[in-house]
Amino acid sequence: MVMTAAERIPGVEVRHDAPSGPALREVVFDVEDLTVAYGGKSALSGVSLEVYKNFVTAFIGPSGCGKSTFIRCFNRMNDLIPSATVDGTILYHGEDLYGREVDPVEVRRLIGMVFQKPNPFPKSIFDNVAFGPRVLGLKDGLDDRVRHALEQAALWDEVKSRLKESALSLSGGQQQRLCIARALAVEPEVILMDEPASALDPISTTRIEDLMDELKREYTIVIVTHNMQQAARVADMTAFFSVEVDENRDARTGILVEYDVTSKIFTNPSDQRTEDYVTGRFG
Amino acid sequence: MQAAAPRLRVHRRRWGEGVVKGALALCALVSIATTIGIVAALLEPSLEFFREVSLVDFFSGTDWAPLFEPARFGVLPLIVGTLSVTFWAVVVAVPFGLGAAIYLSEYARPGVRKALKPALEVLAGVPTVVYGYFALVTFTPFLRSLGLDVQIFNAFSAGVVMGIMIIPTVASISEDAMNAVPQSLRDGAYALGSNKLEVSVRIVVPAAISGIVASFVLGISRAVGETMIALLAAGQLAQLTFVPFEPVETMTAFIAATGIGDVPTGSIEYKTIFAVGLTLFVMTLAMNLFAIRLVRKYREVYE
Ligand SMILES: Nc1ncnc2c1ncn2[C@@H]1O[C@H](COP(=O)(O)OP(=O)(O)OP(=O)(O)O)[C@@H](O)[C@H]1O
Ligand SMILES: [Mg+2]
Repeated sequence: MVMTAAERIPGVEVRHDAPSGPALREVVFDVEDLTVAYGGKSALSGVSLEVYKNFVTAFIGPSGCGKSTFIRCFNRMNDLIPSATVDGTILYHGEDLYGREVDPVEVRRLIGMVFQKPNPFPKSIFDNVAFGPRVLGLKDGLDDRVRHALEQAALWDEVKSRLKESALSLSGGQQQRLCIARALAVEPEVILMDEPASALDPISTTRIEDLMDELKREYTIVIVTHNMQQAARVADMTAFFSVEVDENRDARTGILVEYDVTSKIFTNPSDQRTEDYVTGRFG
Repeated sequence: MQAAAPRLRVHRRRWGEGVVKGALALCALVSIATTIGIVAALLEPSLEFFREVSLVDFFSGTDWAPLFEPARFGVLPLIVGTLSVTFWAVVVAVPFGLGAAIYLSEYARPGVRKALKPALEVLAGVPTVVYGYFALVTFTPFLRSLGLDVQIFNAFSAGVVMGIMIIPTVASISEDAMNAVPQSLRDGAYALGSNKLEVSVRIVVPAAISGIVASFVLGISRAVGETMIALLAAGQLAQLTFVPFEPVETMTAFIAATGIGDVPTGSIEYKTIFAVGLTLFVMTLAMNLFAIRLVRKYREVYE
């Protein structure tokens, strides 16, 4: 069983700039024994953890261990994959995210997502950011809303004179910040980011990392990353996932190995597998 | 002297590549040459025709009676007949074709799509004469049974059935275009809290617009050029009317009916066929060019 960080950590070994330990934090997501399968083959099994408000929570682990699969559970994107089944529970502020009454479309309005590969719509920069508000019927003050979102995503100064131009004329890093702005424009509570900087150069990556530090004041951020320095730099909490191979059944399943305060994961992990991974001896 | 340099040079001439290239170029050439040949064949008798009938008379005359005495060569009734039938075909084919494409691409489960798409394409292969008879002996009587004041031959029946015939073409090509829209765009829109309809209408259709417009153009071209249904169901009465339930004669119906009749080669009636054919050709060409410009203007390029 994986204990939650709050149980194990008395709230002292937190990042020096983290205002308070997880024990004092509000829980946004409470994941209990989550298992996800594609066409009956489980890709992720028995995951339990808590995601805290106004924290950056990072998921790290080797390729194929189910990080993307897991993060897509939080805004029910897995619903769009016909073969995917989700078992276990995710409570969002105490309410079952997969409850019968819950509308996944509503879920995604509150829980935004930024994808690994920048995916701006083939529309103008303005229309990209305005897309979400328009769909939600937030027509009033659209210009201000778009501007505010672009400012939050640290993109406004670069695009303010060319809002009518195609979003595809932006550089990769700008496109990704546009996608962040697009997610912010509908004022979600949580932002999920699946390797948001993996396709970007170091400068764009730094900008997006700085951005996360800014954004976590207002938002709760969950990020998947391959880059351990990135996790160490931006995350308050880090979860390490790994793949468990069952030779007999030729099955590979992702499991949560360790979830803790980031500094603990990187300097003093309790599990040997975590230590091997973060010190580069594995994966 | 230096042993390394010759390695970059050609060792064996690759004759095969040249042959393949030539053969492929020939294939391209055949279609271009045929098109040029067709235009040339249309042009010559048409030019002779316009030596006898002025362009102004041809395009402004409202009376079409080339086979009677005195012959009148106002082509407007044929153009209007063609446009009227095409109009009803488009009214049917565009919404239903697009709707079917959206359903197949965005809503249908993979199994359903797998079964429906080939069925749709089979439908596109039904001979037009079957549709023509369907319009004449089933659809028109059905309209009459509704108490509508419909002539046996009429533009509406021909147009509607032609539209039904074109639905698979529009649906199939539109669906291909929509399928080619990257899933990442849909995911992006879903992640912002869009529902399926919003994703389809605001993201997928605009991103696939060039393919969708292409499907419309192809559909309209088929309607404009469709002969059998027009001949069987719209009639052969060249009257200048937009009233849907009246008989009209389309350009194609005139060409087919006159072509199989016994007009002597070289006569003015014979040349009329080519003049009408050329007009049809120019109209279709103009429409295609217009559509290409439209697509260029509104296309949303992804990637
Ligand atoms: N749509 C899908 N259909 C079937 N299997 C899938 C699907 N998506 C993921 N999987 C499988 O689930 C497992 C976990 O994949 P996932 O993409 O979640 O891994 P990941 O940790 O994000 O890897 P990476 O770091 O390479 O992105 C893999 O074995 C993968 O093959
Ligand atoms: Mg992934």
